[in-house]
Amino acid sequence: MHLSVCGISKWFGHGSTAKLVLDNISFDLHSGEFVALVGSSGSGKSTMMRLVAGLERPSSGEVLVDGKPVRGPGHDRGMVFQKYSLYPWMSAAANVAFGMRLQGLAAREVKERTAYFLEVVGLADAARRLPRELSGGMQQRVAIARALAADPKVLLLDEPFGALDLQIRESMQEFLHDLWRRTGLTALLITHDLEEALLLAQRVHIMAPRPGRLVQTVEADLDRSDLAHLRVTPRFLELREELARSLRQLDAAASAPAS
Amino acid sequence: MSTPLRRIQRAIDQPWILGVSGVLVVLLAWQLIASSGVVDRLFLPSPAAVWAAGSAQAHEGILLKDALASIGRVIGGFALSAIVALPLGIAMGSSRVICQLLEPLLGLIRYMPAPAFIPLLIIYFGLGELPKILLIFIGTLFFNTLMIMDAVKFVPTELIETARTLGGRSGQILLQVVAPCIAPQVLDAYRINMAAAWNLVIVAELVAANEGLGKRISLAQRFLRTDEIFVGLIVIGLIGLAIDLGFRFVMKRSCAWAN
Ligand SMILES: Nc1ncnc2c1ncn2[C@@H]1O[C@H](COP(=O)(O)OP(=O)(O)OP(=O)(O)O)[C@@H](O)[C@H]1O
Ligand SMILES: [Mg+2]
Repeated sequence: MHLSVCGISKWFGHGSTAKLVLDNISFDLHSGEFVALVGSSGSGKSTMMRLVAGLERPSSGEVLVDGKPVRGPGHDRGMVFQKYSLYPWMSAAANVAFGMRLQGLAAREVKERTAYFLEVVGLADAARRLPRELSGGMQQRVAIARALAADPKVLLLDEPFGALDLQIRESMQEFLHDLWRRTGLTALLITHDLEEALLLAQRVHIMAPRPGRLVQTVEADLDRSDLAHLRVTPRFLELREELARSLRQLDAAASAPAS
Repeated sequence: MSTPLRRIQRAIDQPWILGVSGVLVVLLAWQLIASSGVVDRLFLPSPAAVWAAGSAQAHEGILLKDALASIGRVIGGFALSAIVALPLGIAMGSSRVICQLLEPLLGLIRYMPAPAFIPLLIIYFGLGELPKILLIFIGTLFFNTLMIMDAVKFVPTELIETARTLGGRSGQILLQVVAPCIAPQVLDAYRINMAAAWNLVIVAELVAANEGLGKRISLAQRFLRTDEIFVGLIVIGLIGLAIDLGFRFVMKRSCAWAN
């Protein structure tokens, strides 16, 4: 699998109110990679993700999946939103099964894969519960299982843990890292949280705001065998500080009056 | 707190106990006023007299016949309205063009009181069943449609976009996401507007009918039979309440997730 974002720009609005939100963005994502996109609020991260998902069309440029241009949403690109997006009338299992049912998989296969992916996210016991009976972290795990069960080539995660409190967030990061190691999934993660980006992704793109553009890429080749330990290693803290400094500078530049 | 007090407290916590007490208080007051002789019996028959008039009507079979006639008209007119409002409301809720085309029109017609259409309906369709059914249809169609439209507009975009990223086509999304999502609000809209239908059938029968609860009341007026008017009012109220409870029951059963 090869996801290629080629020179994408995105305008919102028309005429005098038109606004350039993304300016000529390019990057690549290969099978098995975990890449993160960080940037301050309003820098266009979600818009970027929606373009990759096919929920929005670029004003210019293209998103290619294995060389084929994206024309709309499809189950080869699974998406997990920040807001809880489980179907409230469906049990956890029915939510996981939903994508497969939409694609018309045979009932037996749906059942097997549903059980498998609930197991993968550690929620086999919660199969019959309704979303409102699940905690926020569990809901996001079901959403991830649902996206994975639809057999995507790449998983798009738009601040999936943004609404969770700190402690659950950390355990969800461990969970996602573990999932990535076990299943070899390919993922594009958007986050505000630099620590989260460095823990999970081998490559971190920094986005600058107004208009959104990629200004820097940090390769984070860290030893991820023990995340709890990794959080406090000097190398990790140094990288995080470097990212934080870059972001601060970008924000300062963006809020300074244009000369 | 002592035990009896606590028992009373617990009884008050049961919502229906308070409701029944309210009814009993009014019945008691009615009985007291009627038996005190302050008000002429012609104007305020005693509960016993009303009960007697009611049993007499039930015995002769007119009560059932009237009730069935009125209920039949309500079901006919309201079913028609519900069936037309559903696709119309969904179309208006999901398409901006259709919404902008129809909303001002419906908003205007909504403010024309349905009973004002009675003379026109009589001129067009005479005094039979059709004008009564059409009155109920006209009187509830616009409210049903606008309420369903609102329900569709408030379907969270994440739910629809998730289905699209899972590979859902628009027909599937309509039937498997939008429809179940709006079901509770649609049922509730039907429940609320059913009350209007029930009012309208009585109005229509007051104007012109051979049988029906409204007709019975207007006949009773001609012969100064206040006891029969009371019977009519109480039966109308009871049937309305039963319909309301029926809707609530169906809603509780089929949309447990929304409670
Ligand atoms: N549909 C739209 N129409 C007009 N403007 C939009 C639309 N969607 C996004 N924008 C604008 O584009 C800019 C980037 O929004 P976006 O949601 O992509 O940012 P973000 O980086 O995801 O922010 P956050 O970190 O707060 O989620 C914002 O200024 C927003 O107002
Ligand atoms: Mg965002």
